[in-house]
Amino acid sequence: MNDSIRPLTSTRLTRWLFHCASPPVFYPLAGRLIPWFWALAALFGIAGLYVSFFVAPTDAVQGEAYRIIFVHVPASWMSMFIYLVMAFWAGVGLVFNTRLSGMMAQALAPTGALMAVLSLWTGSLWGKPMWGTWWVWDARLTSELILAFLYIGFIALQASIDDPRRADKAGAILALVGVVNIPIIYFSVKWWNTLHQGASVSLTKSPSMAQTMLWGMLLMALCFWMYSIAVALMRVRAIILEREAATEWVKHAVE
Amino acid sequence: MQWNDIGEFLAMGGRAFYVWGSFGACLLLMVAEPILAQRRARAVRDTLRRERLADELDRKPG
Repeated sequence: MNDSIRPLTSTRLTRWLFHCASPPVFYPLAGRLIPWFWALAALFGIAGLYVSFFVAPTDAVQGEAYRIIFVHVPASWMSMFIYLVMAFWAGVGLVFNTRLSGMMAQALAPTGALMAVLSLWTGSLWGKPMWGTWWVWDARLTSELILAFLYIGFIALQASIDDPRRADKAGAILALVGVVNIPIIYFSVKWWNTLHQGASVSLTKSPSMAQTMLWGMLLMALCFWMYSIAVALMRVRAIILEREAATEWVKHAVE
Repeated sequence: MQWNDIGEFLAMGGRAFYVWGSFGACLLLMVAEPILAQRRARAVRDTLRRERLADELDRKPG
């Protein structure tokens, strides 16, 4: 029977996934995908910036300073989301001992750290004109700072261990323990009485305004998402070559 | 559109420092990161190429 006619059973799907996850297959695949993610990031970025500055009107309460939301919220979302994806790959590597998983986790960490730093930086620049302070030790801000430290700790821990497989394992344990911080960040504004505003955009304004603001945030979040995938794929390709340098396929992959 | 001219746009209602400081930092880091990732990839490819060249030279008789 022809192979292509057979139904896609879960065994075949698993086999296919493992096939794609092998570095010799994934390396060129990632290389082909990267330009598409850059194109998407650029498209969403242009549309998002247009909405952020030219469609979304001035806020009645916060004036123009609220426009920081269009980078602050996407950076914060991505800092949490990337952590979950990183911890997922680290966990997969720990359980299945697959080569690529640890590399994926390692490739995501700097991008996640960057998003956490941007979240704190833009939040600080928003807090100063609105709250009158750059920083408060409030539950939301403190847990986001801990997230930044978790990323930095993950990177530093892995850098301190020479054997990549052992570094993967140590990093995975740190990453998985740190997952507990994500719901703390997310629900901090509900669980504690914080200076940081609630989850949704709850500034007093007409529904139409909330609509354009939501669109701006959504487009910018998609831009940050596509950016993160593109840059993480670029980095994972470098990591693959570094770690697989001794293999025969790498010798052929690099002309 | 709420801006009458470019000056008004850049002034951001007197919050230029905070707004452009936020968007500028994002732009700066999101340009720098892919450049660093690209450099890392180029560095490892260069090393691999050099190693292969050295291997080929070693194998040559004489």
